[in-house]
Amino acid sequence: MRKVYSRIIQISGDVITVEAKGVANRELAEITTSRGKSLAQVIRLDGDKVYLQVFAGSRGVSTGDEVRFLGHRMQVSFSDDLLGRIFNGSGIPRDNGPALAENVVEIGGPSVNPAKRIIPRKMVRTGIPMIDVFNSLVVSQKLPIFSVAGEPYNELLARIALQAEVDIIILGGMGLKYDDYLYFRDTLEKYGALSRSIFFVHTAADPTVECTMVPDMCLAVAEQFAVTGKAILVLLTDMTNFADSLKEIAITMEQVPSNRGYPGDLYSQLAARYEKAVDFEGSGSITILAVTTMPGDDITHPVPDNTGYITEGQLYLKNGRIEPFGSLSRLKQQVNDKTREDHRTVMNSMIQLYADYKETKEKEAMGFQMTRWDRKLLKYGEMFEKKMMDLSVNIPLEKALDLGWEIMADCFTPQETGIKTEMIEKFWPQGRNEGRDVEEEGEDAEEAGAAEVNDVLEVDSGREGDEIVEEALSDDSVPGPPESADLVTKEVN
Amino acid sequence: MSVRTGHIAGINGNMLVVDFADFVVQNEVAYALTGKERLKSEVIRVRGKKAELQVYENTEGLKVGDPVEFTGELLAVKLGPGLLTQIFDGLQNPLPEIAEKCGFFLKRGFYIEPLSDKKDWEFTPIAEVNQKVRAGDYLGKVPEGIFDHYIMVPFEMRGEYEVISVAAKGSYKITDNIAELKDSRGQKYNINMIQVWPVKIPIAAYREKLKPEEPLVTKVRIIDTMVPIARGGTYCIPGPFGAGKTVLQQITSRNAEVDIVIIAACGERAGEVVETLKEFPKLIDPRTEKPLIERTIIICNTSSMPVAARESSVYTAVTLAEYYRQMGLNVLLLADSTSRWAQAMREMSGRLEEIPGEEAFPAYLESRIASFYERAGIVRLNNGELGSVTIGGAVSPAGGNFEEPVTQATLKVVGAFLGLSRERSDARRYPSIDVLDSWSKYKSFVDPEQIAYARGLLVKSAEVDQMMKVVGEEGTSLADFIDYLKGEYIDEVYLQQNAYDKVDDATSEDRQKYVFNVLHEILTARLKLRDKDAARSFFHEIRQIFRNWNSAPWESDEFKKLEKSLRKRVAEISDLPITGSGRKDAGESGQEVRNEKDTEEAEDNGDAKENGRDTKDKKTVNKKETKDTARSGPV
Ligand SMILES: Nc1ncnc2c1ncn2[C@@H]1O[C@H](COP(=O)(O)OP(=O)(O)OP(=O)(O)O)[C@@H](O)[C@H]1O
Ligand SMILES: [Mg+2]
Repeated sequence: MRKVYSRIIQISGDVITVEAKGVANRELAEITTSRGKSLAQVIRLDGDKVYLQVFAGSRGVSTGDEVRFLGHRMQVSFSDDLLGRIFNGSGIPRDNGPALAENVVEIGGPSVNPAKRIIPRKMVRTGIPMIDVFNSLVVSQKLPIFSVAGEPYNELLARIALQAEVDIIILGGMGLKYDDYLYFRDTLEKYGALSRSIFFVHTAADPTVECTMVPDMCLAVAEQFAVTGKAILVLLTDMTNFADSLKEIAITMEQVPSNRGYPGDLYSQLAARYEKAVDFEGSGSITILAVTTMPGDDITHPVPDNTGYITEGQLYLKNGRIEPFGSLSRLKQQVNDKTREDHRTVMNSMIQLYADYKETKEKEAMGFQMTRWDRKLLKYGEMFEKKMMDLSVNIPLEKALDLGWEIMADCFTPQETGIKTEMIEKFWPQGRNEGRDVEEEGEDAEEAGAAEVNDVLEVDSGREGDEIVEEALSDDSVPGPPESADLVTKEVN
Repeated sequence: MSVRTGHIAGINGNMLVVDFADFVVQNEVAYALTGKERLKSEVIRVRGKKAELQVYENTEGLKVGDPVEFTGELLAVKLGPGLLTQIFDGLQNPLPEIAEKCGFFLKRGFYIEPLSDKKDWEFTPIAEVNQKVRAGDYLGKVPEGIFDHYIMVPFEMRGEYEVISVAAKGSYKITDNIAELKDSRGQKYNINMIQVWPVKIPIAAYREKLKPEEPLVTKVRIIDTMVPIARGGTYCIPGPFGAGKTVLQQITSRNAEVDIVIIAACGERAGEVVETLKEFPKLIDPRTEKPLIERTIIICNTSSMPVAARESSVYTAVTLAEYYRQMGLNVLLLADSTSRWAQAMREMSGRLEEIPGEEAFPAYLESRIASFYERAGIVRLNNGELGSVTIGGAVSPAGGNFEEPVTQATLKVVGAFLGLSRERSDARRYPSIDVLDSWSKYKSFVDPEQIAYARGLLVKSAEVDQMMKVVGEEGTSLADFIDYLKGEYIDEVYLQQNAYDKVDDATSEDRQKYVFNVLHEILTARLKLRDKDAARSFFHEIRQIFRNWNSAPWESDEFKKLEKSLRKRVAEISDLPITGSGRKDAGESGQEVRNEKDTEEAEDNGDAKENGRDTKDKKTVNKKETKDTARSGPV
């Protein structure tokens, strides 16, 4: 039995100070108060003074309360018994199930040796075209959803979790609204995924300190499962609450804030969690999808800003849709050349055309006259938003690519899309010429003339490996000139 | 001799307060002992009988009263053959070997010798018996990959020595003695192939430091032409997240014309290092025809690795750079990101409860940054040869705002500022260096008058662009509009460069000079353009040709052919001579005729049509502006 101390000499914020000997840094203690028991963790040692962060908060702690040191650091039990269970940030069950104590592992373990990492190469299919087609999610990616409060980010997380082909889903809730917690639970249950899920949930009503434990709990468990060969998806919502909890604690510890009250180590703190995302060679993987709410829709706010510097891109959720601009999967090029050969073409062309549509919208708003081309773009943009961007759309990648071709064919002639001839010949929907109307015939004939010139140049250039080229250039190049005179003639006839 | 020891009196994050008995040395290395683990630390402040130490590891589990051993040595690296191709952490532990021993995860307190003492090296003596030598003089050499790796008189040896003996040609291990020296008092010294040097002290075994003047060719056009870098110079790349700092450094690490590249991955993503790690053994360096990894050292202390070691990683990197410079080599050090290094200092300063400066950075931030970049330079070695260290640091300013302490402190000391802009990266204009914002104190190899002319056009173009946002295209004169198009043209065909195109991704010095000259001719040609539509379609047409030209291998037939069609097209509506000033090209006559005919048609069409394609073209003009409003990002 370890020694019990009862000389609490200071209480400040959720940090209490006791006088004790032989205590290890980051060790856990149990404090018994009139409100019950709570865990606490050593965060600083100064001679005999031991500073402890009380998980349940310091409210009601008396200077005479007992503190018992446990001789180990924060741990989490790890076994298949975790599946289907729901815990709080201290690892205590919230689902009336039994507490788990076997096979414990310490949380916040060392990082993966960079030399052991591999280049990510497996795509995670989500059924959401805005992700699968335009910003493919990749196994071992760390990707946050940037969003203002009120957007359906939790719904999005739940959908991706249900759709993704992963073995285990681990949900970390931080400052989660109770309703949202129930929503996750019920949704996963309804679709039969609860039995392969584990929840660590801190709700808005729970103590601040527990909020900061949630990512480490989730990731420690994830790591254990991953090294045994399982593919894990970790959902963290909302990391801004996590950062705010760190801020609160830092301020009570009288640390000098660096930026808008956040501690100077915010970057390192966030990175320590996000960098747990990994694909173990010959074993399992951890993919992290997080929510970062942006106060005031301000991307330069310290939390999204530091996050952006750490993660491998971001999804930008606005007005209930994943915005194609502002969203970026930095790993997409690792996988989107291995899906279907038209993947990159559809991705680049559709985004380019959508960018053009945005400009037309702006012109329209400024009262400029709309040309025929503008009207085509308007039609396209609306179809794109309705059939592709809408979050309710749920189709496999291949279907989404087909749909992409159909939308383009509904709105444009092949050459207006600037897509290379060989792709057009292979993928352009047969017998579709909705993109054309009678008055346009003449115009296209004229274009054919112009096209030939460019054609000569195109042929001369003999460029190969254009897929990537397109990717790098697509946004600032106009939907290119028709690529083959043949094609143009065919269309005109 | 007994070890000096102390005991832990306090722990705050990775900072220890240690009671000691006799004495301590500022910045000496110490080990905190817990169980079987020995955690490397450094003395960073002494107050009375208490020393404050930063621990290069996680401090979990340490207790008040735990013993600490002081070593008397400053934090140092081992220098010798076998450094190239390696990947070290910030304390010079070889990560692949740690992986072999520890598996997937790093292990606290587990340190491995950076250089192998098992390997044999073919030694050839250089120094002769009775020769007088000084620190840095060559005693012999061993081949290390593609380089002659000189074994030098250790840098810490002051004054003059006499060579008593040098090992004969043959095979030796790094721990074998290869020479014996004698100082003026007759004291003898055995020299092997390893020397130890403290990372925070610059190696100064050279005759003089020179002014960096010779351009360092990066083969990135926008850098070499508009904001050049010099051998032995310094530059920084600040930019918001996702703007392309890392990609730009990766491109430079592949293509720059230097002998050795040292990559310091300092507090950034581990995944990015892995790309380099896995690709470099496969990528062939065209200059040496050997895999790029043979000229590379990677120092990898990524964001989730211990913060104090992150702080030391940039020093480790620059010390290795200086070491190879001493062999008369040109070394390029790329640090990504120096902001993480500055943050590591900030974290430590906070724990020491020092009086914080702006954004809580310590007051000495500026001087630390300055002294780091001061370690760059081109030097004349004792043997008269030149060697250089060039330093390029990425900076990650909070909120992408350059008005912050790290960017500002860096700008004061570097020779070139390559500022990346969110607007440009959103518009996917890569490399996203904003040339009008950026500057360089170094000279380009491209004709300065031509550069000045292009820069003038870029300024004008930006002005017209701004103006057009207010008065619209209608309210802009044709002359202004053409200047606007010319500015865009320079950007689109020259400043932007496609990192993923096999040819375009690296443009040699000769090619840059040549191409820029042609560009200059186009820009200065008197164009006869009827109206704005004609102007726009003309520039779009020659843009397409120029871009194809950029993708054509240098001096290939295709290159010549495309140049010809470019010139022809411009000549048709201007006073530009069809054959270039520099070079005569022989194109097939059949081709010529065909081009001519087609081109004419195009011009007619371009002028007359008021159709879809034309409207589309117009959109490009406003692209940048609209995209910003749409919060665009790379797709
Ligand atoms: N020269 C380029 N050509 C094509 N794409 C580029 C280029 N530079 C950057 N990109 C695109 O932008 C993405 C982000 O670039 P990069 O990783 O270099 O940004 P960064 O400035 O280092 O960001 P961070 O500060 O977050 O590390 C890349 O994944 C790539 O998709
Ligand atoms: Mg980067």
